[in-house]
Amino acid sequence: MTEEIIIAGFGGQGVLSMGKILAYSGIIQNQEVSWMPSYGPEMRGGTANVTVILSDQRISSPYLRVFDTAIILNQQSMDKFENEVKPGGILIYDPNGITHHPTRTDIAIYQIKGTELAQQMGNKKIFNMVVLGGYLKIKPIIKLENVVEGLKKSLSERYQNLIPLNKEAIIKGMEHVEKYEAVY
Amino acid sequence: MSELKLMKGNEALAEAAIRAGVDAYFGYPITPQSEVIEYLMYEQPEKRTGMVVLQAESEIAAINMVYGAASTGKRVLTSSSSPGISLKLEGISYIAGAELPAVIVNVVRGGPGLGTIQPSQADYFQSVKGGGHGDYKLYVLAPASVQEMADFVEDAFDIAFKYRAPVLILSDGLIGQMMEKVTLKPQKERMSNQELIEKYGSWAVTGKTNRQRNIITSLDLQSEKMEARVHRLMAKYAQMEKEDLRFEKIACDDAEYLIVAYGSSARIAQKTVELAREKGIKVGLLRPITLFPFPKKQLFELADQVKGILSVELNAGQMIEDVQIATQFKVPVEHFGRTGGIIHTPEEILEALEQKFIK
Amino acid sequence: MEIADIIKPENKVFCKTALMTDTPLSYCPGCGHGTAHNLTMEVIDELGIVEETIGVAPVGCSVLAYDFMNIDITQAAHGRAPAVATAIARCWPDKYVFTYQGDGDLAAIGTAETIHACNRGENIVIIFVNNGIYGMTGGQMAPTTLEGMISSTSPYGREISSMGSPIKMTELVANLPGVFYATRQSVHTHKHARKAKKAIQKAFENTRLKKGLSFIEIVSNCNSGWKMTPNEANIWMEEHMFSYFPLGDIKVDGKLK
Repeated sequence: MTEEIIIAGFGGQGVLSMGKILAYSGIIQNQEVSWMPSYGPEMRGGTANVTVILSDQRISSPYLRVFDTAIILNQQSMDKFENEVKPGGILIYDPNGITHHPTRTDIAIYQIKGTELAQQMGNKKIFNMVVLGGYLKIKPIIKLENVVEGLKKSLSERYQNLIPLNKEAIIKGMEHVEKYEAVY
Repeated sequence: MSELKLMKGNEALAEAAIRAGVDAYFGYPITPQSEVIEYLMYEQPEKRTGMVVLQAESEIAAINMVYGAASTGKRVLTSSSSPGISLKLEGISYIAGAELPAVIVNVVRGGPGLGTIQPSQADYFQSVKGGGHGDYKLYVLAPASVQEMADFVEDAFDIAFKYRAPVLILSDGLIGQMMEKVTLKPQKERMSNQELIEKYGSWAVTGKTNRQRNIITSLDLQSEKMEARVHRLMAKYAQMEKEDLRFEKIACDDAEYLIVAYGSSARIAQKTVELAREKGIKVGLLRPITLFPFPKKQLFELADQVKGILSVELNAGQMIEDVQIATQFKVPVEHFGRTGGIIHTPEEILEALEQKFIK
Repeated sequence: MEIADIIKPENKVFCKTALMTDTPLSYCPGCGHGTAHNLTMEVIDELGIVEETIGVAPVGCSVLAYDFMNIDITQAAHGRAPAVATAIARCWPDKYVFTYQGDGDLAAIGTAETIHACNRGENIVIIFVNNGIYGMTGGQMAPTTLEGMISSTSPYGREISSMGSPIKMTELVANLPGVFYATRQSVHTHKHARKAKKAIQKAFENTRLKKGLSFIEIVSNCNSGWKMTPNEANIWMEEHMFSYFPLGDIKVDGKLK
């Protein structure tokens, strides 16, 4: 198994940390992992993206042109990465703020209303965990218990009390991810 | 006890330095390597092992601090990124000339000038062709993973002390900034001052006891003495070529085409090898782990086997010159590489290989 | 009669300091470096700290200080002695670490290293020999060259409007909290040399007590660079240098005078 993922959105949406939690969870599940951010001034407020690879083999290139899965959190990222999903791959996105929805027919497209659900849960910051839950429902490559372990590892001491809320958010995401059919 | 962690390359290097029993680190912030000094400042190794960490006023001061600490036999480390390394080169030349052990890390970004903060391999010439003034070389290790960022710290110090010579770890923004699984070695104890004096007392400046005074300098105003010093350095480099060359061959046995790449490019090109073989093109990868010494003999031999060699580097073509020299122009050698901080994809490399040799 | 009978301890007025080597000094006759070296070595010898002392030599006339001082020495790149000394003192906090630098080394190319080592209050001694000129490279203008003074790169005299004013480094660093002791001395007469030696003693004592940085400027002559006889140079120094660079303590025990 090798899963090549791009997570892309605005800086501050928790893009990099979502990738980090995913990578940590992979380690707990005994997988090889790589986490490769695009870094630079654009990290502060601009677009941010991270390539995460989980594999049961040694990972060759940490930097890729095409991906098995794209997790898209803003319009700029949609414009950039929709065409970089491998045929037969998956695109998951939060429709919040998206004006041009994806149109490809050779990939599976899912929506997860992360922003809305996180607001309903009373904490906008767990938005990325809702999205992560949606992804894990579609691609159950990591067991929930290992994601919780990954959370423990990647959250600093003072945020450990937020683990139950994060877990709840992941479950919420799992329950609410929906298949999106392009309408023409 | 060894420990499994998810870390950035820069952080893994810093943690490995503490665990390897390094005595001191002197540095100055610059993207994309600032995590090294940030991590060290946060970890307070002074409390963990007694390791000294100091943020210098400039890269110039930092490398001269390295020179000072190294002259006393201490295991001393510094890190920077391209523009900062240019500033350090004077000091590196002094360290080489004064025959001091030290480890320097370059997390390369794109240049010339202030350039870009994105990854690059454009400091190849600077690293292996001297860089600073005078007849000297650096032993250059090129890590291609976060694990190697950690492991090469101790390897680098072993070489530095074996030869009393500066060693460069040539990384780049990709390896420095990415996170991977890394197994960290157990904590090693730092050498006590007593032990240090016993081991290095023949040359290190530690206070004159009942022996001749020790002097650390790179100055020899008498030409004959200076020539002898240069010959001594050249003998070290010859011995490095003989004893401490490192490289990795991937899928070379039946290869009809060869990619030569180091560091991050080697990682990316590994995927190119997979993609090519899926298409039925027999591509192999020779990955120099040390850039000096360079796997000249291995390339010379492979040149008889393959139809073409592609030197893949994140620069405008630097290592290709060494590949051409090593292969004595027996086989076509071409370069491929993106610059400006753009990272080439595995597919791009394959396209370049097909275009240059097959189509 | 044997030599030992002639040179009886009670008759001895001078002898070469034990910590100076037998290598003939490469300095010009009349130069103050020899005395400054000798005083420094005397102090280290008398304090009995040679085994614990590490010197840092500069680039400039005193680049070969290690040939004359019989102690462990690291010779630094031009201007970087304070950085080199910083690292040594940090790695060996119980050692006595000193730099010996000239005005070009300390006040021009090495200004940043000087200021920052002083500002961090490194536990080191800086001995700064100021003769207002680049001696080794043949008499070029230094940051401390006086107004109107002729050098090979100010052949019509130093002009303040285009070349700036001579820097008073000791006053400058004395204002930094990390500097515990800052003084300006001279070694051209016995009386001045004795005072300078006391200052050097105090500086090494400060290191022992881990008080931070001690900065000793020694205003000296450069008869070759100034194109004068040694005697003329000393008189010129008294008449011109001392009015701009007045001798005496500037900061003692962390307090400005």
